[in-house]
Amino acid sequence: MKGNEALAEAAIRAGADAYFGYPITPQSEVIEYLMANKPEDRTGMVVLQAESEIAAINMVYGAAGCGKKAMTSSSSPGMSLKQEGISYIAGAELPCLLVNVVRGGPGLGTIQPSQSDYFQSVKGGGHGDYKLIVLAPATVQESVDYVKLGFELAFKYRNPVMIQSDGIIGQMMEKVELFEQMPRVEPNYEWATLGKKTDQPATFITSLQLQAEEQEKVNHRLQAKYREIEKNEVMFEKINCDDAEYLFTAFGSCARITRKAMEMARAKGIKVGLLRPQTLYPFPVDEFNKLADQVKGILCVEMNAGQMVEDVRLSVNGKTRVEHFGRYGGMIPNPDEILNALEQKIIGG
Amino acid sequence: MSENLIKPENLVYQKTEALTDRVMHYCPGCGHGTAHRILAEVIQEMGIMDQTIGVAPVGCSVLAYYYFNVDMQEAAHGRAPAVATGIKRVFPEKFVFTYQGDGDLAAIGTAETIHAINRGENILIVFVNNGIYGMTGGQMAPTTLVGMKSSTSPFGRDTKTMGSPLKITELIAQLPGAYFVTRQAVHKPGNVRKAKKAIRKALEYQKLDKGTCFVEIVSNCPSNWKMTPVQSNKWMEENMFPYYPLGDIKVPEDN
Amino acid sequence: MAKRGDVVIDIEKCKGCEVCVSVCPQEVLALAPEVNKKGYHYAVKVNSDCTGCTNCAIVCPDAVITVYREK
Repeated sequence: MKGNEALAEAAIRAGADAYFGYPITPQSEVIEYLMANKPEDRTGMVVLQAESEIAAINMVYGAAGCGKKAMTSSSSPGMSLKQEGISYIAGAELPCLLVNVVRGGPGLGTIQPSQSDYFQSVKGGGHGDYKLIVLAPATVQESVDYVKLGFELAFKYRNPVMIQSDGIIGQMMEKVELFEQMPRVEPNYEWATLGKKTDQPATFITSLQLQAEEQEKVNHRLQAKYREIEKNEVMFEKINCDDAEYLFTAFGSCARITRKAMEMARAKGIKVGLLRPQTLYPFPVDEFNKLADQVKGILCVEMNAGQMVEDVRLSVNGKTRVEHFGRYGGMIPNPDEILNALEQKIIGG
Repeated sequence: MSENLIKPENLVYQKTEALTDRVMHYCPGCGHGTAHRILAEVIQEMGIMDQTIGVAPVGCSVLAYYYFNVDMQEAAHGRAPAVATGIKRVFPEKFVFTYQGDGDLAAIGTAETIHAINRGENILIVFVNNGIYGMTGGQMAPTTLVGMKSSTSPFGRDTKTMGSPLKITELIAQLPGAYFVTRQAVHKPGNVRKAKKAIRKALEYQKLDKGTCFVEIVSNCPSNWKMTPVQSNKWMEENMFPYYPLGDIKVPEDN
Repeated sequence: MAKRGDVVIDIEKCKGCEVCVSVCPQEVLALAPEVNKKGYHYAVKVNSDCTGCTNCAIVCPDAVITVYREK
């Protein structure tokens, strides 16, 4: 199945209650698939094409505030528009699933794949101190699995979860194994607006605290939650790391190309491994730190001008050399140039 | 003599349970309080306090969720109709309302307002129009009258550079999704009674899944108009009502 | 003859906006020379001509007036 379509099917099967979206290349297949496959008939899931990305994310806010499994998807320029709503959702501590099928920027940029929204997804995007849980699939299968996982994490932590995909993953066809249809669940959460219960105070959803003391308390609570997420939810894949003298790191589609470069390097006798973060937040800080004691250098390969590399450097804290190789603006690196970069920047550098 | 009248059996009017006991932060004489109260009264009288979900805006009524004794969500500025859409689509059987001011509904939230109504979302939109941004200290609103002074139109609204006051209610009344559209006021007993009836009608229509009902309440802003409440109500009658005439703008054809 | 009525005003919640005073057909209400804890001159009864018409309560933005009327 095509990545975007598989993700849409996974949303129906995950028992999602509502999808609100707005068309943008290269992710429009998500809403097209949903509209064509009548989830309303299959599970009762609501699908609505909003008038804008701004409206879509605020519809998610409304539905999520009712304790429902709500989601939206978009691509980079559309994700920028959603940032206001995402900040409110994070502040009001609502669970929801966001999907960003990243394309090249800045501005209108290009419709070609990119990873240049790493900072936006991982470091905030909207205003205020908040974090999204960010999942980075490298395969269509992971796109499917992360929909289910994403909703689980969103409700576990009452926090927005983002699947950061890109134009390659969204558009490519791969074999996938779909999980069985899960039932939609009638929400029964204390925090949700379900209608006021007699003899109980009304519930309200808000991200506003006019008193600074109260707003600081909210922030303390959020930070404590983020520490908990960092402790429990880090995911990564390690390949050929046991004997590695050098390390590649890359996420998403770029990790697949980098893996090929790793195989080429191994064939030449260069002992290089690959560490692929599957969660961009929480970041595998400890794993990088451990490997930094072992390897002589790390090459971070990204389809951007150097974003995740900053987190890698913070993680190893100067223990080993960390360099970046990137193609951007919609360009995709090839394994030859990645291997070349390893030899030039790390081994020969 | 009069004290013996104060007995439960003689009670003819008291604060509705659909309002909390919190003292509202609104300035003395502000129409928001009355608008809140009549909406709350209708909710109580219809017996739907447990089935109602409200959406508060950004503006003076940003804290409305402290005052309505029903479940509420606080929306980002202008986004209340989108938030209400999200709620109503997943809970079609609940009663959903937004409560929005003129800046929220007719400036930053114009797209959300028009499109929610154009989809005929089965919600009630209460629109309080006092022609000014109250919370931020009296800046010009989309509905500020021509020549009216505000902190960002200190020499009066000049239509050449600032545009004309927006009659958003007439505009949205043209949309097929708008089922019942009316403009009311809450400064005098007769107006309050009419406005309350309009809100009642709107929520009854919602029960029948008729589409969007839109109740504008032309109101005052004594603090930012720099008048006493009583003066502001008079000024409103003399200046606001000629431009924003009271009455039904769209009534259901099948009635 | 009109029925007799009475009002009870929650003076600590009253903000002295005077809107009730202006709509009372019997001129029962006025602002007190004293102020409440928030510093507002609150509404008070100045005569016993109340008919329990509820006009004052209906326009009160702060819902501080309770009205009684003889049956």
